[in-house]
Amino acid sequence: MPSAECSNAKSYQLRANTYFMPNDRIVGIDLGTTNSLVAYMQGDTPVVIPGDDGLNLVPSVVALGGNDEVIVGSAARTFLIETPERAAYSIKRLMGRGMEDVQEELKLFPFRLAEDLQPGEVLRIKLGEKTYTPPEISAFILRQLKRNAERYFGTPVTRGVITVPAYFNDAQRQATKDAGRIAGLEVLRLVNEPTAASLAYGLDKKKNGIVAVYDLGGGTFDISILKLHDGIFEVVATNGDTHLGGDDIDNLLITIALDDIRGDLGLDLRRSGEAVQTIRKAVIDAKIALSSQPGTKLDIGLPGGRRYQREITRQQFEQLMQPILDRTVVPCKQALKDAGLKPEQIDEVVLVGGSTRIPKVRALVQDLFQRSPHIDLNPDEIVALGAAVQANILSGGSEATKEMLLLDVTPLSLGIEVAGGVTDKIILRNSTIPASATQFYTTQVDGQANVAIHVLQGERELAKDCRSLARFDLKGVPPMTAGMPRIEVKFLIDANGILHVSAREQRSGKEAEIEVQPSYGLTDEQVESMLLESFDYAEEDFRQRQVIEARNEAETIRAALEKGRKSPAWGKLTSDEQKRIAKLEKGLHEVKKGEDYQAIRKAIDELNQGTMHLAELMMDSAVSTALKGKKMDEADFGKGPEPPHPFASPDFE
Amino acid sequence: MVNLFMTNPVPKASSSLIMPGGATSTCWSCGTMRAEHFCSACGKVQPPVPVDYFTFFGLPRKLNVDIAQLEREFYQLSRKLHPDLYSRADKREQEWSLEQSSLLNDAYRTLKDSIKRTQYLLRLEGVELEEQSKTATEQARSSGQVKKQVVPPDLLEEVFDLNMQLEELRMQKKMGEDDPALIEEIGRQKLELEEKHEALLEELKHEWTEWDRVVDNGGESDRLKIRDRMVDVLNRRNYLRNLVRDVNEVLES
Repeated sequence: MPSAECSNAKSYQLRANTYFMPNDRIVGIDLGTTNSLVAYMQGDTPVVIPGDDGLNLVPSVVALGGNDEVIVGSAARTFLIETPERAAYSIKRLMGRGMEDVQEELKLFPFRLAEDLQPGEVLRIKLGEKTYTPPEISAFILRQLKRNAERYFGTPVTRGVITVPAYFNDAQRQATKDAGRIAGLEVLRLVNEPTAASLAYGLDKKKNGIVAVYDLGGGTFDISILKLHDGIFEVVATNGDTHLGGDDIDNLLITIALDDIRGDLGLDLRRSGEAVQTIRKAVIDAKIALSSQPGTKLDIGLPGGRRYQREITRQQFEQLMQPILDRTVVPCKQALKDAGLKPEQIDEVVLVGGSTRIPKVRALVQDLFQRSPHIDLNPDEIVALGAAVQANILSGGSEATKEMLLLDVTPLSLGIEVAGGVTDKIILRNSTIPASATQFYTTQVDGQANVAIHVLQGERELAKDCRSLARFDLKGVPPMTAGMPRIEVKFLIDANGILHVSAREQRSGKEAEIEVQPSYGLTDEQVESMLLESFDYAEEDFRQRQVIEARNEAETIRAALEKGRKSPAWGKLTSDEQKRIAKLEKGLHEVKKGEDYQAIRKAIDELNQGTMHLAELMMDSAVSTALKGKKMDEADFGKGPEPPHPFASPDFE
Repeated sequence: MVNLFMTNPVPKASSSLIMPGGATSTCWSCGTMRAEHFCSACGKVQPPVPVDYFTFFGLPRKLNVDIAQLEREFYQLSRKLHPDLYSRADKREQEWSLEQSSLLNDAYRTLKDSIKRTQYLLRLEGVELEEQSKTATEQARSSGQVKKQVVPPDLLEEVFDLNMQLEELRMQKKMGEDDPALIEEIGRQKLELEEKHEALLEELKHEWTEWDRVVDNGGESDRLKIRDRMVDVLNRRNYLRNLVRDVNEVLES
């Protein structure tokens, strides 16, 4: 429990994690390419927690303000247009990736890489003059969601479930976990987005059957096929493309607009950050409009006062995006094949992601699966709601979720590089997780003390065509003749889809020490250092918030006391009591101007004590027995804010 | 030996062949051994015991398996062992549940598939099918030679003819002059091979029944004979599968 006494950031973290409150809330978070959400299970139903702007969706946009303060969400969006070099969006596209992989993204997105970046290093992008890794930027978004939840509950939130695309590889998952840690969240589980969506759907419908989830988000595409029976959500097959989403549709339109402008008006605006972002915003609005209208008009103000105007019909738009939609067909067919199912055997298709609102997408899904997709549940919120359901299951479950269990799979085959640059698959894709495989290694040279293993993910034959996951160095092999050691290496993919490796030399029984070089990830030390840095902000923010809330409580008491003075009960107090109350009130008034939470708290408590008698007197004697012990600010003097509200009796002890 | 059972009550096991403290029980009637994954009294997960997949499910080492029953067991055990149910438990229990579920999933995946189950049992009986194949593949790779495939004797002539035809088709395709009659002939032979491939599965299933019979009341030599027959069926079936794959490669090129 965070306590006012602790001034040390570290001990705050410790206490928050070791104290298990029965109502310690675990939240579900959808960390999306375009928008992010946080949700929790309210009784039987999952519910999205709004931000302080009252909106459920937090745009996944991060910007640096004038004083290098971090701004997240809708507020950051204005920065995109006005000072694009100080803002970043769609950062999810860079998570768990290296410089070589993102060359394509760089052409289409205004990411600015740090100048001193070396190949093989974790990416760093520039916001203004500062640089951040993608997990750090994602951590800013997560922290905002965490705060929204804390404000809503009035208690700290330290644990959560975060969703990831089903097709995310190990490095991308690890990066997401790192982001959670940096934001001060213990990530209890990473859940695959389509699986989370199926949970929300299943909770709602409570039907058995085979469900396909078609998830077209801002930057990633997933197709998952699940068997739902008696509360068990079993993924049978999953496939996708982590480079495919609504962003690609936007970029198509932006490119056309830029070409148009260059052709018609002779202006090459490709380098102008502001112009591109202005066009982007207009293009997105047009895209959305075309989902409900047969035509729309682009009307964009360009630098120099010119205007770019163009009519677009839905038909033209559909023609344009056909190639992008076509790219979703192969993964769907492959998933069906892996599942051993024909489209007719699918009972329900659930749509996830804003892009599935486009009529052409719905038509394609209808065609592929021979049925109308299920569109009852909000495609923007369904993943977060599902994450909340999983969070509920992890925290012990409730009446609604006690029979529910998720059995997910690993989306990519796990392989080892062997002689000849070939991949030897040891765990096949679509294997239910947790899953493991054991391999035996030996040495080539007498006395060899190390064995190197290169682990890959992917379906291709050659190692160079697969995704390098990590290089493991087994150290401390006892010296023996070449070929004698029998090193048992166990590969375990946990419930998050993340790989763990352990090794033991069987003859000596010695555990080998394993040094991991993640191919695109942060080391534990790097995460630790980032954690403390952003953590200092959090502690500072938290203290500030405590002060603000205490001041509000002081105000509530002051208002109640004012009423109390006007009531006949005031006259029934002794003059000593009245004097004491006045003194305490003055004391509180003084101290709340300052920043000392401790002092304000103390003054509030003392004033509450001092006015207890007054509160009792203000009631009927019969009622006052019931209210005995109630403090000034709790006695009902009129309508207060409805719970749960930010200033409910704080649980801070 | 580390005693892992210091604080948890251990279900009474009638015999414990695997290791001290390892929780297994044996049927008084048929002698089938079964690993105890969780305590039937308090439901807590037990440390995983290094048993084979059959023992994990309390099944005898027989090849005919009631798949529907296996699936039911799988779901029941998943509901007891999955890590999601232990996210608030102490670290030790979390580790055990992680290991137990990966063992459960690996065992289920292997036992529910006809070929995998057969291969697994053969491995338990000392036949290293995959390792043999892998070693051969690696040797071939490092020496740069094509891996030697043993041709099943009853297919010798067919395979010889087919390979000639494939070679001819390859050359034709290079020059852009595919002969439709040749393609049809090859297609027909491919169909025959596929039928043989199917038939071999039936033959394998027949051997299963033989094996199961011999496991209960047969001698060592009978077991070895059947075992070797199954290895032979699997090898032939594999050979045919690779051949069909080669044919498809040429047809689709």
